[in-house]
Amino acid sequence: MNPATSPRDARADTRLLVVDPDGGGRLDTTIAALPRLLSAGDLVIVNDAATLPASLRGRRDGDPDPAAAIELRLTGAGAPGRWPAILLGAGDWRTPTERRPPPPILAVGERIELVDVAGAVVLAAIVVDVDPRSPRLVTLAFDRQGEALWAALYRGGAPVQYSYHRAPLALWSVQSAFAGRPWAAEMPSAGRPLDWRTLGGLRRAGVGLARLTHAAGLSSSGDPAMDRLLPLPERYAIPEATIAAITATQARGGRIIAVGTTVVRALEGSVAASGRLRAGVGVTDLRLGPASALQVVDAILTGMHAPGESHHALLQAFARPAALLDAWGHAAGAGYLAHEFGDSMLILPARARARPAHAA
Amino acid sequence: MQRDLRYDLSGITALITGASRGLGRALALALADAGARLVLVARDPAPLEAVVAEIRGRGGEAHPVIADVGDKAAIHAIAGQAAALVGDLDLLIHNASTLGPTPLRLLLDTECEDLEAVLAVNLVGPFRLTRAIAGSMALRGRGLVITISSDAATEAYPEWGAYSISKAALDHLARIWAAELAESGVDVLAIDPGEMDTKMHADALPGADPATLARPEAVAAVILEMIRDPARAPSGARLSVPRWQQEGAR
Repeated sequence: MNPATSPRDARADTRLLVVDPDGGGRLDTTIAALPRLLSAGDLVIVNDAATLPASLRGRRDGDPDPAAAIELRLTGAGAPGRWPAILLGAGDWRTPTERRPPPPILAVGERIELVDVAGAVVLAAIVVDVDPRSPRLVTLAFDRQGEALWAALYRGGAPVQYSYHRAPLALWSVQSAFAGRPWAAEMPSAGRPLDWRTLGGLRRAGVGLARLTHAAGLSSSGDPAMDRLLPLPERYAIPEATIAAITATQARGGRIIAVGTTVVRALEGSVAASGRLRAGVGVTDLRLGPASALQVVDAILTGMHAPGESHHALLQAFARPAALLDAWGHAAGAGYLAHEFGDSMLILPARARARPAHAA
Repeated sequence: MQRDLRYDLSGITALITGASRGLGRALALALADAGARLVLVARDPAPLEAVVAEIRGRGGEAHPVIADVGDKAAIHAIAGQAAALVGDLDLLIHNASTLGPTPLRLLLDTECEDLEAVLAVNLVGPFRLTRAIAGSMALRGRGLVITISSDAATEAYPEWGAYSISKAALDHLARIWAAELAESGVDVLAIDPGEMDTKMHADALPGADPATLARPEAVAAVILEMIRDPARAPSGARLSVPRWQQEGAR
């Protein structure tokens, strides 16, 4: 399947393949049809994280050699003042990530200078930890905090770029229409096609809308060993109002539709962590797969994920591999587009799953 | 249960543009004293940092963001930094504005590029910044967006062309946005502060007697009254500070 190579302005024109995982039914339509596809009493939950300018360029302190250039990609917040990051080597977005040279191996205590597009130093970081599983996964402490740090990140950082795009992505292209706090290292792309006309249509159709914030992490690093460690633990926050909406929806037999794998991981992760769905902040590294029993979510609106991709394993909690393969084959043959600005899939059972109540 | 921000300002989060002097500074001080947590935007670091220091000295919370609201590339950086510093935003005040070239001049003497530059700061900047923030407000069912108007938006004052046009358009932007957000929980107000003793006023009318002009602090206090009075200041209204004061005095 070909990737979409640039952002699409008419978000609701995104093609949508609707799959009934139980009955095997399939429908080719667009996101604009979503209000007619769901029922009054269903609940749509979105991830309202804004996308960070998570990609920073720099060099190891005192090393002017261009071959020793570093790109670092912030991947969410760790402890206060501690920033996990994945390192990539020289080159830029035009080179596919997996063909970039490896970054220099850094040791704890080493300093990195980060620069803006003009090459001026905007920020410095000290390596405070190197993950024993991969030298590309480090934890950094920056030389400033608060507004000075955020100003430097927004001055020197850019959104993570993709080699299959025609042109560099601007920060405004990688935000949903409802983005709030900049927690996401990469855009939680499942929500991007939802424009406010569609969201208004859902409301008029009696479909509820709720939110959570999940720090969507990096999807790939270009290094297979590093990629096997993904997804890293990711922070999420679920408001009380969302818990209340879920409880009410389940009580009336409505379906919970997660917009994106990040929403699934936050909700199912919350239950996995404490036995029940709770409001508040948490961290999840939950990996879902075919054996996972979903405790909260009934349906998922997501992008086009190829069999074999990490996101695809999570989809197997919603539908059998054969159904997913069949849907993928149909979509590829029908010219659906993949990746961040591509088309969408909605795995929608006819009814909410039967399950014991998990409300707080 | 979250408090209604139209009644209780303590703990609300607010972004104010053009906050380094004049009305923007006065609003920042007043909101900080009411317990709001602020992000303040201006182009000039020194006066903005002085306002931040003053607020912190009084025990309030304020964070400076140096940016030009007329710059398209700055918009998501402003919104992102603000949400990173104080969390999801409750209140957005579009106060930053430019008069355009001074001395003020006839439309026939106004360069096209100068009109475009005034529109970029006074109209398109607020449009872009609202787009970047009001979606989150609508999703949360909570928020207030305020645009600052002028009687130049409703009166045809010769030589006030570029500024007037931008403020008239901004008024209508606020009105339409209020209508579109009518059931979302997000309110939009346009507020004419009246004539104030500020640098902008002095730039426009150098000969004016400051004794005849309102103090920005007094105007800011009235604006806080408006925020706290949704019955008298409903979403979609275009309010005037001098008229509010006259009506309140009756």
